Amino acid sequence: MDIYQKLDEKRGWAAQGGRLSEKSAKLLAGKLFVRDRLKLLLDDEPDFEDGLLAGIDKGVPADAVVTVIGSIGGRQVAVIANDITSKAGTWGYQTFIKITRFQQLAFDLKIPLIYLVDSAGARIDEQKLCYLGRRAWGNIFHNQVKFSGAIPQLCLLFGPSPAGAAYVPALCDVVIMVDKKATAYLGSPRMVKMAIGEDVTEEELGGARMHCALSGLGDVLVQSDEEAIGVARRYLSYFPSSYAQKPDVSAASPKAAAVDLTKVIPHNQNVPYDVKVLIEALADDGSVLEIKPLFAREMVTALVRMGGRPVGVVANNSKVKGGVLFNDSSDKAARFIWLCNAFNIPLLFLQDISGYMIGSSVEKAGIIRHGAKLLSAVCEATVPRISVMVRKAYGGGYLAMSGAPTQPDAMLALPTAMPALVGPEAAVNAMYFNQIAELPESERAAFVARKREEYGADIDVYSAAADSMAVEAVVHPNELRDELIRRYDAYSRKRAEAFEKRNPVHPV
Amino acid sequence: MKHIDSPMAGTVWKIVKAPGESVDFGDTVAILESMKMEIPVESNHSGTIAEILVKEGDVVDEGTVIARLA
Repeated sequence: MDIYQKLDEKRGWAAQGGRLSEKSAKLLAGKLFVRDRLKLLLDDEPDFEDGLLAGIDKGVPADAVVTVIGSIGGRQVAVIANDITSKAGTWGYQTFIKITRFQQLAFDLKIPLIYLVDSAGARIDEQKLCYLGRRAWGNIFHNQVKFSGAIPQLCLLFGPSPAGAAYVPALCDVVIMVDKKATAYLGSPRMVKMAIGEDVTEEELGGARMHCALSGLGDVLVQSDEEAIGVARRYLSYFPSSYAQKPDVSAASPKAAAVDLTKVIPHNQNVPYDVKVLIEALADDGSVLEIKPLFAREMVTALVRMGGRPVGVVANNSKVKGGVLFNDSSDKAARFIWLCNAFNIPLLFLQDISGYMIGSSVEKAGIIRHGAKLLSAVCEATVPRISVMVRKAYGGGYLAMSGAPTQPDAMLALPTAMPALVGPEAAVNAMYFNQIAELPESERAAFVARKREEYGADIDVYSAAADSMAVEAVVHPNELRDELIRRYDAYSRKRAEAFEKRNPVHPV
Repeated sequence: MKHIDSPMAGTVWKIVKAPGESVDFGDTVAILESMKMEIPVESNHSGTIAEILVKEGDVVDEGTVIARLA
């Protein structure tokens, strides 16, 4: 055979993966082949591919993983993509060598790294070589942690990612999961049955919907491979290539239709409303990408653009659980703040918070340390940060939502704002408890009502605005978007200096 | 049997739906008062209310069954 013909043949064989085997082709049902995913993900053909011929000696095309450099939106990215048709996408020795070398390359080039995961996990017959030593599967996680915050790391979970492999999504910045296809669990249903006697389906144990709504491992639930790829391309558009750059500011376009926000935000502080309507009104049209929309919904975290500039929004949603802070909502917001701060994305906090949840069940579950985690993420953030008091701003919740003492660049308030350590009911109960008890029963209600009214009159936005250290400006809601755009434009010229230390001791 | 649970601890302020009424996904079945906020208890199924298991003024925990659907 001609040597050049031989090259074509070898490359062709490796590139088709395991699709010629009937068994492997079955694993592809309802999914795209790895190279078709790459075609959709990248603007064009990849610039180059490494390790196409790895595993050829063992008859495993590309050793079950495709590693390429290509472009998304005109910017270079590195992609590590499992091929489920090649030995079920499992990790062998060459697989982890290819993966770790590509992680290092992405870091050296300071470009985003995207993991397209669809893998049955570790190749147990290669464990001797791959499990224990210094050069082993675990290096993949070591690299993910080392490069976290330096370059964006995205995970698109198209299929299984069992046991140890489940840490690949867990250590990425964002995880996009395909409904009914993606799964992640430490022990399979069969192993769970054997070890602890529990009967559970794969979907209940580690399905995409479970992870996106309950465990919080998943960030965005999608219905198809194509949709996952679309979300990933869109997500990256908000990010710079690395921590050393700022995100691109796209051309600003005016809103097609102005929403009258005086009609959106209820004046009655106890009446819930959907804060997503406010976010849509403040953001450029079509620019809202919600992260974890199904998880801890009392807190909304979303990437948006304002005047073309990417901004990360953290907002209390009174429509769900009154917008009260819980453990999961604290975790959700803290992680989102770390994400934005790592990649120079300014932050916007929309406060409407009656506080952290109280009671014995949340105390046992550690609400104080979870709340402290959010507070520490807020206080650590050095990107431009603006807080808007929309309605309630009570107690510790106000601080966790980037209140003035946590040093935001600006603390703005709407006329609907009600800042106070506690609301009138709790305040009167605390301040006059003994006095109320001493009053004759018949006089108590009137006394309480009068004191609540007096206290309520004092928790007014203008008594806050009288202190220029508490509120920079009281803004009409319909003027808020333009005010924010002008302020971010100014604050983005600030340089944030971190002072030297090894690492903060984070509450978790 | 499908049921609708309390999303958080609080006091039942208002029962909105009665047995025999039909509900859709997202419909408010009852309203709690908790943390000084009105907290709607929304149905996560569609169906007909068979039974309301709480009354106004009851203190409920997260996960307390508020209603059963037929």
